[in-house]
Amino acid sequence: MSDIILSAQSVGRTFGAFRALSGISVDFQRGKLTSIIGPNGAGKSTFFNLLSGAFPPSEGRIVFEGRDITGTPQHKFAALGIAKSFQITNVFPQLPVHENVRVALQALVSRYQIWQPRSSLPELADKADALLATVGLTDRRLRAAGTMAHGEQRALEIAMALAANPRLLLLDEPTAGMSPEETKAMMDLIVKLASERTVVLVEHKMKLVMGISDRLLVLHHGELLAEGTPDDIRHNDTVKRVYLGQREH
Amino acid sequence: MLNPLLVARCKQHRVVLAIAFLIIFPLLMPFKAIAVNILIYGLFALGFNMLFGTLGLLSFGHAALFGGGAYACGLVMLKLGLPWYVGILGSVLAGMLIAATIGAFAIRTRGIYFAMVTLALAQCLYFLADQATDLTGGENGLRGVDLKTIQLPGMTLNFVDPLTRYYVVAFFVAVALFVLSRILASPFGAVLEAVRENEARARACGYHVRMVRYLAFILSGGFCGLAGALQALHLSIVPLETLAISNSGLVVMMSLLGGMGTFFGPFVGAGIFLLLENLVSLWTVHWQIFVGAAFVACVLFFPRGIWGTILMGRGR
Repeated sequence: MSDIILSAQSVGRTFGAFRALSGISVDFQRGKLTSIIGPNGAGKSTFFNLLSGAFPPSEGRIVFEGRDITGTPQHKFAALGIAKSFQITNVFPQLPVHENVRVALQALVSRYQIWQPRSSLPELADKADALLATVGLTDRRLRAAGTMAHGEQRALEIAMALAANPRLLLLDEPTAGMSPEETKAMMDLIVKLASERTVVLVEHKMKLVMGISDRLLVLHHGELLAEGTPDDIRHNDTVKRVYLGQREH
Repeated sequence: MLNPLLVARCKQHRVVLAIAFLIIFPLLMPFKAIAVNILIYGLFALGFNMLFGTLGLLSFGHAALFGGGAYACGLVMLKLGLPWYVGILGSVLAGMLIAATIGAFAIRTRGIYFAMVTLALAQCLYFLADQATDLTGGENGLRGVDLKTIQLPGMTLNFVDPLTRYYVVAFFVAVALFVLSRILASPFGAVLEAVRENEARARACGYHVRMVRYLAFILSGGFCGLAGALQALHLSIVPLETLAISNSGLVVMMSLLGGMGTFFGPFVGAGIFLLLENLVSLWTVHWQIFVGAAFVACVLFFPRGIWGTILMGRGR
């Protein structure tokens, strides 16, 4: 397999007259943890949404494993091998935690089966338990997902994203709104996941990802400002200037 | 508060409990005809609820599915000369076919636009039935959908007898309830829940949300078509009004009264509406004022509907 799992080829996006992103070309390497950072309004979320197919780019192409996936509808991404977590917590709030994961798993095997009971797919329930164990939510399995703490809901989202056993996992600010303890737990989880698959992470807080990323992309005003290893970025003068004066949270 | 274990057990056996209730129900009603009407409209509301309660899609054209089923049953019996049970089968298929047609246009839209597209297409069917007088009898309705006796192996049922008629209708309603509970318990039922709970997440999981909605619409059409056929057999005529906009509005009111998204809510809503209509109209011709006031009060004070509020009171 090629070393490049995902590549953005001169992608841009406009919203009406506003140009959110222009001419970004990046290759994401297989098996690496790449973080996309940048100050507020840099276009990180727009870029994430283009990569994850939430909306298509206005120009350019997105290629996954050698295949042009520009404009592919969202519901086909799971089967391609790409999963994502959302910036805003996004679970099935009234369903039990276990059912959240089970229904995510079910998407790959049974979508329109209307007659047999759900229990006719027992292997899904077992897999869901295994995924809940991975993210440390085993003792929450029967709670309604919406009643859990914020950090736990984010962990549940990751479990759901893992359901399709994706080769590429896209995470949009996975620690947004988390307490320091929750952030620490989430970062440990991400490092663990990144050892088995390619992870692309969008993060506002530069410090958080410096230690764990293999590569960093810095966006600024909708353009790619810098790209490289954490060391390259740390010593990049332009990046320093952009982040200077704007205190990190 | 009731024992949650008992509640869970009731839920598990809700089909059995429902059948038991169906058997004693006509004995509790002032007239048998009301009991039949409640079942028919309850089934109609159940089909409607499949879209509105389960997926939050407010259709204003469900009269097309109900009326389409009624006409299909009548036409199969009168024009093709086939037995009544073929008519029933035809009505289910017709309901699904009409739903598939309306749905193909409407499912791309949301909210008020969905309501408008379904309404517009249902009106098309209404005027079509009004104009095609040779086939449908136009505004006189489709007359002569007579069913007097039902031959079963070893026995003959007299369909004219109100109680027998009730039990025949109740049989089909019980079958529909069984089918619905199978659908809700199936993997597709899980998908419906997921789409209702969070569309974006369902899509990210790999579900084709629009297709899920479309299939739910078609299934809804099957239930509504069956209700229409039972109505046709019950009345021995298909009035043109079966397809009218007022029927679409009625089913919305019944669903809201009973409690959208609940299993038995549609029947509770249909029951309360029809009982109010029948009892208040004994006393005054202006019954609609009172039923309307009850509806407004219900929307204001019990937004989950009457059955929904009862379920919530049990700690659900």
